[in-house]
Amino acid sequence: MANASTNIAAAGPRGPKPRRAISGRNIMIYGTLGLVALYYALPLYVMIVTSLKGMPEVRLGHIFAPPVEITFQPWVKAWAQACTGLNCDGLSRGFWNSVRILIPSVVISIAVASVNGYALVNWKFKGSETFFTILIFGSFIPYQVMLYPIVILLREMGIYGTLGGLVMVHTIFGMPILTLLFRNYFTSVPEELFKAARVDGAGFWGIYFRIMLPMSMPIFVVAIILQVTGIWNDFLFGVVFTKPDLYPMTVQLNNIVNSVQGVKEYNVNMAATMITGLVPLTVYFISGKLFVRGIAAGAVKG
Amino acid sequence: MATLDLKTISKSFGEAKVLHDIDLAIRDKEFVVFVGPSGCGKSTLLRIIAGLEEATKGQIVIDGMDVSNAHPVERGISMVFQSYALYPHLSVYENIAFPLRVARLEKDDLDRRVRRAAEILQLTDKLMLRPGQLSGGQRQRVAIGRSIVREPKIFLFDEPLSNLDAALRGDMRVELSQLHKNLDATMVYVTHDQVEAMTMADRIVVLNGGRVEQFGSPMELYHHPNNKFVAGFIGQPNMNFVPAKVKAISAKGLTVVLDAGPTMVLPVETEGVAVGDAVEVGIRPEDVAAGDTLDVEIRVLERLGGIAIAYGKLACGTNFCASLDGDTAVAEGTTIKLAVAPADAHVFDAAGRVLRRRAAPALVA
Repeated sequence: MANASTNIAAAGPRGPKPRRAISGRNIMIYGTLGLVALYYALPLYVMIVTSLKGMPEVRLGHIFAPPVEITFQPWVKAWAQACTGLNCDGLSRGFWNSVRILIPSVVISIAVASVNGYALVNWKFKGSETFFTILIFGSFIPYQVMLYPIVILLREMGIYGTLGGLVMVHTIFGMPILTLLFRNYFTSVPEELFKAARVDGAGFWGIYFRIMLPMSMPIFVVAIILQVTGIWNDFLFGVVFTKPDLYPMTVQLNNIVNSVQGVKEYNVNMAATMITGLVPLTVYFISGKLFVRGIAAGAVKG
Repeated sequence: MATLDLKTISKSFGEAKVLHDIDLAIRDKEFVVFVGPSGCGKSTLLRIIAGLEEATKGQIVIDGMDVSNAHPVERGISMVFQSYALYPHLSVYENIAFPLRVARLEKDDLDRRVRRAAEILQLTDKLMLRPGQLSGGQRQRVAIGRSIVREPKIFLFDEPLSNLDAALRGDMRVELSQLHKNLDATMVYVTHDQVEAMTMADRIVVLNGGRVEQFGSPMELYHHPNNKFVAGFIGQPNMNFVPAKVKAISAKGLTVVLDAGPTMVLPVETEGVAVGDAVEVGIRPEDVAAGDTLDVEIRVLERLGGIAIAYGKLACGTNFCASLDGDTAVAEGTTIKLAVAPADAHVFDAAGRVLRRRAAPALVA
């Protein structure tokens, strides 16, 4: 308590100084916050409202008006019927493509990067610092520079235009930042734990799976969030390294929204955009609680 | 269970040489303590024995087998760390069981051994707790439990009691000594605390600047220190060093004139010194009694109850510390007269080497 009572316990006022609910200061703070929140929420409001209207209503042009007649038809159409090129099975195709890209990319990149970080911290080899520097340097090279070489590389390997190729690209490009993340986290794990495990007979993998992995859940959650949102939202690699049948959801969304023939179906576009954004949104909501959990308490003295 | 021999062990970190040709032979079932000031290389030496660090040069032989290149677990050692190094995500039971799980021991056998270790260390009712829920002393017991389940040949302790408070440290000292008797194992223990070394060790290795200054039983180190460093390190409070000049050498020993005034005839070997050499006379505070040789001006008096420790200065300005009777009537700021029996005095030459005392108490085992 801010104003904990002094030695005169019984007499005198206690507890924090009461504050008026409405003061000049509060009005300023909440007013500003409210305005900013409104500003950011407004587009979302327009999207939701539009996606629930039929086309006749959309054509009226009252974008802020709530729907007179609520319809979920645009959502259904966006998911299952919208056309991109020759395919008219909606975003569902892109969604499943994205899932098939996302899961192996996230799993492989995190698995490899965590082992990298662990080896760089605890099993230092000759030149490990140099290796790390090179790896970090990799994260500063703009993607555009590497696009064409990678196209050639994938072509020569015979996996250009396949999901496998794209998974590989995502895994490699995730490596520098993830390795840095894991390395820095493992550095904070007391070195004596590692030494104790070695004396107890555990080897490279034994220590990784029995000690490092269970102690590092928070950083794994962080890495998963980073990778899921990053890979799900990726557009560039998706459009460059795959072909229309295998386009991830983001690319397909773009194709639906930007198709020029026929009527612009704003309600379908809004629904499609919202569906695409659902995955990262869900990840943020679920992971919030898992985010900060210090498990290292009690490992060493204190 | 095992002997441990170190043969010309050296260790350098880049340019800095931290260990210089260490040779030690540790006997079976011996409790050996490495003691020395911070940075003397004692922990590095222990880590080299454990196999956590590689020696630049030299061999480690356990039970006649050269294990210099073996992994820690193949050496048959186990280690207790200063910070306990418990696995925070595992229960006490799993912490103790960890080495056995790694070794893929059968479930029944594992359970039996964990429970026995827990019993020895009085942890049976704590087995399901996490390390974070335990006190410092309990954590240290878990760490010891983890080291005994594997039934290693040699136990290594790296300052295991430094993180505990004074009272608990005393208790754990007794427990560890008892454990050593019960397990009948070879133990190597590193500490910077000379009290721990004196009380627990069968033999003590005094290290300084990466060299072994002396290796011997506690009382041997106390009565016959090899040099000024060991003399100053062993014993509480520290030995006083009083500068003096050699006046005469005779069959009875060395006649010295202390810079503070008085002349003493000290029964020590006289080899290597000549008349006129500067020497230092080492006097332990507890060997001092009331007398008429030394005038000490008392600055501070610490009454500990049974004894009182007086800090003061001699006439020549040298600091002098004396251990007096607890009820002594001496007052701070006065000058008192003290004396020391010549047989109790140690003499060190200008290089810090000891001149061996002829008459010293017989060593207890």
